[in-house]
Amino acid sequence: MAYDLDFERPLADIEKRISQLQKRGERMRPDERAQVAELQQELARRTKELYAALTPWQRVQVARFRDRPYTNDYIKRMCDEYFELRGDRRFADDRAIQGGVASIGGQTVVLMGHQKGRDLKEREECNFGMAHPEGYRKALRLFRYAERFHLPVITLIDTTGAYPGLGDEERGISQAIAENLLVMAGLRTPIICIVIGEGGSGGALGIGVGDKVLMLENAVYTVAAPEAAASIIWRDNAFAPDAAQAMKITAPELLELGVVDSIIPEPVGGAHRDYQAAAESVKAAILRELADLKRLSTDALLDHRYQRFRVIGLQGITEVVGAAQK
Amino acid sequence: MKDESQPALTVAQTNGAHPDTVARALPDNLAVKCPNCRELLLGKDWEKNLKVCQKCGHHFRLSAPERIALLLDPDSFSEFASDLRSSDPLGFVARSGSYADKLVSEREKTGLNDAVVVGMGSIEGIRLALAVMDFRFIGGSMGSVVGEKLTQAIERAAAERAPLVIVSASGGARQQEGTISLMQMAKTSAALARLAEAGVLYVSLLTDPTTAGISASFAFLGDVILAEPGALIGFAGPRVIEQMMHQRLPKDVNTAEFVLKHGMIDGIAHRREVRATLARLLRLHSGGETLAGA
Ligand SMILES: [Zn+2]
Repeated sequence: MAYDLDFERPLADIEKRISQLQKRGERMRPDERAQVAELQQELARRTKELYAALTPWQRVQVARFRDRPYTNDYIKRMCDEYFELRGDRRFADDRAIQGGVASIGGQTVVLMGHQKGRDLKEREECNFGMAHPEGYRKALRLFRYAERFHLPVITLIDTTGAYPGLGDEERGISQAIAENLLVMAGLRTPIICIVIGEGGSGGALGIGVGDKVLMLENAVYTVAAPEAAASIIWRDNAFAPDAAQAMKITAPELLELGVVDSIIPEPVGGAHRDYQAAAESVKAAILRELADLKRLSTDALLDHRYQRFRVIGLQGITEVVGAAQK
Repeated sequence: MKDESQPALTVAQTNGAHPDTVARALPDNLAVKCPNCRELLLGKDWEKNLKVCQKCGHHFRLSAPERIALLLDPDSFSEFASDLRSSDPLGFVARSGSYADKLVSEREKTGLNDAVVVGMGSIEGIRLALAVMDFRFIGGSMGSVVGEKLTQAIERAAAERAPLVIVSASGGARQQEGTISLMQMAKTSAALARLAEAGVLYVSLLTDPTTAGISASFAFLGDVILAEPGALIGFAGPRVIEQMMHQRLPKDVNTAEFVLKHGMIDGIAHRREVRATLARLLRLHSGGETLAGA
């Protein structure tokens, strides 16, 4: 896989030198072979270094990268069996959120996620992962399904945001997301939410309320796209990198703020370098968290879930007794 | 049905309110221009008409103290959590200045510590928990303090089995508190899930504007949802939709009238009638015979 991201230029240069040498194939001299080995080592080392020190804005590029594994790439590699459930039973089947009943490591689960689409045809079909009300209502149907059959829910979050269209407003996109927040908060079965790429605002949160919220190492989770925040607060969307920095959108920062519970490591150079390794990493995290959650009674589970969200933000509040008023 | 009360907007009995926000009454001779019909309105008449344009009916925005005075029985409001302030959890700094400084200037401007006022009070003698957002404070945006105060109000309503009324006036989540703000949508909705389970009435009153993270969380979770005429209500702003869809939109998109037509709310209440409307509903839910315990 090529090194196509802007900040990967130095890596792309090394890779180019390697591939030029390798083009000689059988005619490669022993010293050239040694050089290739050396360059490959250097590439691995530099990749590791670069990815260990990504800026928030670079992480946004990785999280949005067109080669990044999407929900269906994970499903294919994590599940022994997957039976897709389609449609919201009200209006349509929104391909921007897909899901079904699945088996992961012997555990039956209800699994769903945003699907951005790989090629242009799939992207159009999935509306680039920007769901309509029907996507959230299909998710709601699957939550109920999971509760009915005592199956844990796994959600994979990867969206720029819910689609801001006229039809979406007419069919109540706000109501659809809001209802999911309420229902997920009280759903009587374990829920694990994983931000695998872009956690874009309300469209992400609409399938993002759970007992555990995890993030992949290079995923981002934002209240608003950095470009949008930059155009509002900086009055110029060229300041998106500054907004990305200021809003604290990366996994380590959100772990620190208590928004996420743990970080799922990615293969060196990002999840797109090795889909299989990325999927195994996510699968291991799911099975580990499930083992924990299954030990709790349903009431204890719901109490924990309530408290988990109840305390977010409290560290940012001070009480000024008697001040301000009068 | 009696509606003896036509409260004036000049006095609000709120602990947390600065005198200047409450009684920032315009001098009698000052005129106000209606942004809708461009009519020049006499400040005095406009105030007396509850800040509604006499000519076209345009509802101007109200501050939280004004709204509380409009809705509640005089002297019935007792505020809580008024002393909560954001401590700028992200250390957010933009080119235009720091969020910490912005908080100071917004506090000075409004006399409020943040964008919502919460407390217990009564409407025609019926006790309720009330939360009122104030658009003047960073666009009414929801960060950690707004989320916490709303949650406390919802929890109080559940604990006391008192009906809950939330009046929204907000552009959405507060970007200067990043993903913490987004999580307040989940936090308030989780509290509402418990209130619903307890079978306590929640009435959501949408005023101009109620959009984005507010509409997509607690505002659209009311058992009953009412709106003020003409209020901007929706997930996305009309301009964002136009950009995305590359088409001009009809004029009424994302107004109170639009969401009523599409089945998203129960009714539109003129400001003159909203207190009486709430009173009717609260009365229906208090004291009459139900099947509870049957
Ligand atoms: Zn007018």
